[in-house]
Amino acid sequence: MTAPIAYGGRSRRTLMWIATHAAAIVLALIFLAPLAFMFLTAVMSDSQALSTSLWPKQWHFENFRRAFSGDMVRWTVNSTVYAALSTVLMLVSSVPVAYALARFRFRGRNLALVVVISAMMLPPQVTMVPLYIVWSRFHLTGTLWPLIIPQAFGDAFSIFLLRQFLVTIPREYADAARVDGCGELRTMLRVVLPMAKPALAAVALFQFFYCWNDYYGPLVYAKPENWTLAIGVATFRAAHHVEWNLTMAATLLTIMPVLVVFFLAQRVFIQGVTLTGVKG
Amino acid sequence: MASGSLRLPLRRGRLGTVSRAGRRRRLRVLAFLSPWLAGFGLFFAYPLAATVYFSFTRYNLFTLKYVGLDNYKYLLHDDDAWTAMRNTLWLVAVLVPLRVLFGLGVAQLLTRIRRGGNLLRAVFYVPYLIPPVSATVAFVFVLNPGTGPFPVIARHLGFSLPDFFNDSAWAKPGLSLLGLWAVGDVMIILLAALLNVPRSLYEAAAIDGAGAWARFRHITLPTVSPVLAFAAVTGVIETLQYFTQAMVAGKVAAGQADLPGSQFAPGYPGGSTLTFPQWLYDEGFRQFNMGYACVLALVMFVIAMAFTLLLLRRFRAFAGEEAQ
Repeated sequence: MTAPIAYGGRSRRTLMWIATHAAAIVLALIFLAPLAFMFLTAVMSDSQALSTSLWPKQWHFENFRRAFSGDMVRWTVNSTVYAALSTVLMLVSSVPVAYALARFRFRGRNLALVVVISAMMLPPQVTMVPLYIVWSRFHLTGTLWPLIIPQAFGDAFSIFLLRQFLVTIPREYADAARVDGCGELRTMLRVVLPMAKPALAAVALFQFFYCWNDYYGPLVYAKPENWTLAIGVATFRAAHHVEWNLTMAATLLTIMPVLVVFFLAQRVFIQGVTLTGVKG
Repeated sequence: MASGSLRLPLRRGRLGTVSRAGRRRRLRVLAFLSPWLAGFGLFFAYPLAATVYFSFTRYNLFTLKYVGLDNYKYLLHDDDAWTAMRNTLWLVAVLVPLRVLFGLGVAQLLTRIRRGGNLLRAVFYVPYLIPPVSATVAFVFVLNPGTGPFPVIARHLGFSLPDFFNDSAWAKPGLSLLGLWAVGDVMIILLAALLNVPRSLYEAAAIDGAGAWARFRHITLPTVSPVLAFAAVTGVIETLQYFTQAMVAGKVAAGQADLPGSQFAPGYPGGSTLTFPQWLYDEGFRQFNMGYACVLALVMFVIAMAFTLLLLRRFRAFAGEEAQ
């Protein structure tokens, strides 16, 4: 973060400093409070979780193990398979498209880009009914395949984000490779993509999280044995009646992977997000 | 529409034949674009056309009957659809501006913080990353009237909070608070835009004696306004799709099981959280009125496309400029 610019007199500046820092700290505490209360409730005993107390009398860390059993394990496996397969297929299919849109000159390229942006903005609900009918013909409703297979045909958001990054890579690198006798595919794989690692990581993470968080898709398609964590956690409270401690433990378990990955790859994330919004 | 004009410029030889290099070039572009071209047809063009077709039918996956404009006529008398539309528009009108303004405020605050700024940025960004289902379950819990921590603390301080997710007047404000907690996406792009404003402008203005409001109005706002517009338009498009949080909040607050075929009617309490996509889901995938669901889908499509066109006008200048 860059240094703030000093305005006004010294005492006013000190007051401003105190005011902004106090506001930021209070706001940060409010932002963290729900997570903290979730954690505190998750480690309470069953009976205490029903009370109005805010601090656990005893710390029952085994609640996490109790929550992570039976259906939870299967939901986690399903979520992971859905997210991982989708991410791999998305990368394989979207990278060449983004590369072509960024580097090749051809008539209709701008139109193609406009169509990509339109597809990105199209609410998935609009096409859901006919697609459901098609998947039911293939007897794939009830599984997660109707959500995974389309990723093999390019994802508009990823194509757009990758294209935005690829156009910033100077042409000279690719041209030099071509002079050295590299074909277009090899130029892409060996020269351009290694320079695009941050963007590749960003779209992969976004795709993984999108699937991990997806509720609507599995709700429409998956039957109970194919449920994902998102569906499972939404039912958890109903299945466990008033056991808020286990509900909170399960909910925290769905959040953990996301938080861990975020803190490991914070820069990639934030670069990726700003790439979609600011440069546009 | 795209495939028609995707013809490539062919380098024609002296006799008017396409040169071998030109054909190879065209094949190469097609090969690279092929996943998307197939995907565009299969998952965009075909289903869109099919949605229009099915909207003139009554179809429940087993029997299909052409019914002309009946579904459209029914829409005019479907009170639930209008309730859902009103709720969705409420969220668009309230939640989107609130999120943009709050995101700008938090971002502005972060630009003033020197030490610990990166940590604070992470704190304000992280709630956005939490899976929406989990965030909603957590939010219903912390605001839970009996034993939720926030109402408990409020009682200790001598006031009481509204019964957010069980009170039809407060359910949408409750969802708005949830949206503000997840302000990270808006905040992060506005922060990047604010940090892009040249510092020399502020320094010059400070020397000229411009006040804080004047600096904000004449320097900050004009520079970040394209990003504000981007955040607002994408916010509108996302909010038109608002589904998960409303559905989960209703279910968890009502204590209903999420089993397929269960009789949970979305919108608890009292239809106040019934959004348009939820009604589409209910008609299409719970009651299997596929034809009528297609009419609802087309309503969504028209509204979303109108906003997408707004967004495209902004991107077109940019795409044209870089795609030389």
